[in-house]
Amino acid sequence: MSTAALSNIATAGLSHLDWLESEAIHIMREVAGQCSNPVLLFSGGKDSICMLRIAEKAFRPGRFPFPLLHVDTGHNYREVVDFRDRRAAELGERLIVRSVEDSMARGTVVLNSPDEPRNKHQSVTLLEAIEEFGFDACIGGARRDEEKARAKERIFSFRDEFGQWDPKNQRPELWDLYNARSFKGENMRVFPISNWTEIDVWQYIERERLALPSIYFAHRRPLVRRGGGLLPVTEVTPARSGETIENLMVRFRTVGDITCTAPVESDADTVARIIAETAVTTITERGATRLDDQTSDASMEQRKKEGYF
Amino acid sequence: MSAIEKLPGSSVPDNGLLRFLTCGSVDDGKSTLIGRLLFDSKTILADTLHAIERTSAKRGLDMVDLSLLTDGLQAEREQGITIDVAYRYFTTGTRKYIIADAPGHEQYTRNMVTAASTADLAIILIDARKGVLTQTRRHSYLAHLLGIPHIVVAVNKMDLVDYAQEPFAAIAAEYLAFASRLGIADVRFLPMSALRGDMIVERGEHLHWYDGPTLLDILETAPAIHGAHAEKFRFPVQYVCRPQDSANPELHDYRGFMGRVESGELSIGDAVTVLPSGRETSVRDIQVLGESLARAIAEQSVTILLEDEIDVSRGDMIVKSGELPTIGKQIDAMLCWLSESPLDPRRKYLLRHTTRDSKAMLAGISFRVDVNTMEQQPAERLAMNDIARVRFKLAQPIFADPYAESRGTGAFIVIDESSNNTVGAGMIV
Repeated sequence: MSTAALSNIATAGLSHLDWLESEAIHIMREVAGQCSNPVLLFSGGKDSICMLRIAEKAFRPGRFPFPLLHVDTGHNYREVVDFRDRRAAELGERLIVRSVEDSMARGTVVLNSPDEPRNKHQSVTLLEAIEEFGFDACIGGARRDEEKARAKERIFSFRDEFGQWDPKNQRPELWDLYNARSFKGENMRVFPISNWTEIDVWQYIERERLALPSIYFAHRRPLVRRGGGLLPVTEVTPARSGETIENLMVRFRTVGDITCTAPVESDADTVARIIAETAVTTITERGATRLDDQTSDASMEQRKKEGYF
Repeated sequence: MSAIEKLPGSSVPDNGLLRFLTCGSVDDGKSTLIGRLLFDSKTILADTLHAIERTSAKRGLDMVDLSLLTDGLQAEREQGITIDVAYRYFTTGTRKYIIADAPGHEQYTRNMVTAASTADLAIILIDARKGVLTQTRRHSYLAHLLGIPHIVVAVNKMDLVDYAQEPFAAIAAEYLAFASRLGIADVRFLPMSALRGDMIVERGEHLHWYDGPTLLDILETAPAIHGAHAEKFRFPVQYVCRPQDSANPELHDYRGFMGRVESGELSIGDAVTVLPSGRETSVRDIQVLGESLARAIAEQSVTILLEDEIDVSRGDMIVKSGELPTIGKQIDAMLCWLSESPLDPRRKYLLRHTTRDSKAMLAGISFRVDVNTMEQQPAERLAMNDIARVRFKLAQPIFADPYAESRGTGAFIVIDESSNNTVGAGMIV
């Protein structure tokens, strides 16, 4: 199509980022208006960093009408945990941290083996936190473009008292009329950036000049090649005998539990360079970097049915 | 930074976001069309493509089945059908698209209604060999009922009729006759082959006689839903910001009314009326995160500050003085029933309209619509997927506009308080 034809279109409306931001603000305000005890999940990852900016735009100059909660596997990158604490303090908002390791000590999380990834066990600790504080809604930064099962999940996603998602029994969701009603013990998971894609997130970070943990940018780190991916060599993920440790320039596209989050080779050291790289990338975000999703085509769906975020 | 400012230094025009709906059954090639849009706009990445290549090979297919891209849930893949609305995304660099992919079968009317409720444009697929079918009429009726302003009739599988113009022209003529009876004003016809990629993103080499735009051209130039004509300003209040406890003494008297502009626009200084109190005042400021905006436009989330101290809470509505909506405790509406439990005329339901809830009781059913023939039939009760003209009595007044004029203030949902489920979707007439 010629640029002449494009310039004829009325551009009186919101840009796509403004529209997405406005929708997310509206959703957060609906949570605040409809729920009595919500919480916002904040991990220090890029999606939840966007969520905090949206919460600022939704509620300032007032305080957030919810605390922040991080379910820590105990295997998170130091840079991300430090960032999490610093950002919550800057905002002056209350941060609650609940640990998978505490659930392990209580015996509610039992690992198959000591080096089993703890990501899926976050569900247990999250449910324990929901019960401890009586949260009736958890706001999270999941996006529908991340995974097939999420493409059909509602923005206000109902969970029963076991935290289970039933994909065949979802509430109809029409217009912008959200239904957050639940009975005691049940709760809602709410996803304000459902309609965002990875590139939208990066464009928003650039536009809002949001600070990120350093590991999102290209840096040199020791890694081994295993199963077609790059694995960072850390205290909890040592190299196996026979593997060659390489020092490579990499960056993380998602950050989560060390044992199941892998970086990609990159020399993108600014947000603008990451956007340029993301625009021409050939591998999906989770495909490249989330080892826990590759188990089977339906592994996310299975985890969500079991209460995963 | 102002919320309506463009990306700094960006030379690419941003034509915002378009939400559209695809209607058709598996046989019409709907999933293939969506797969083609994602594939040709280079939204599909290598690992996803490899996964569907593997699945296609496993099923013994000799080419990649693009429809596999949209088969989301395990249960659906096993059954080989789409049972729920799925949302897909792609971008052209100038516009972002959200596709609502709804199943086409009659028993999934409620899913199509859900998908249509947020769409600005509908693509109605017709198999070139089969022509206008009962389901074509049903999809067109529902798209029109849900107020989708632009309809694109995509005559697919042109490769199976030798790319001939005659069947296409015949389908267009038949459809136009039917659409004008429904009152559909903006309809465009497009010949294509989703399987071969003709007239989706590329023109292909077979449809020389067609000189209109490709599907992507139509999507790129479709006007946004707001801004085409003058709208009344509607601002349902979602949340009131009163940071009295703040250490900043300047904020002690701060009262910000937070919400999203459902329609129209507002500028600082405008005279406004707050409903239900009817109190009049003017706009002192429009804010987003401490920044002042000269005006707020449709779909923008903002905080409004008023000149006078007026008691305003969630569920109230701010409108421009002289442009009041209808205020009343009785509404006539087209209602789509969404629940497996039928509508019970003896029970009280919760009706949610904008940010306001009211108890509601059915006061009568004028008629039920047969979604296949559009015939009006008498009805005593409503079951799942039924669409009917009804009257509700409300315990509290609502501030409403006809749905045809304003989706945001013309729509409501019905909630069953015994299950907390959303059981009905209504459009005020």
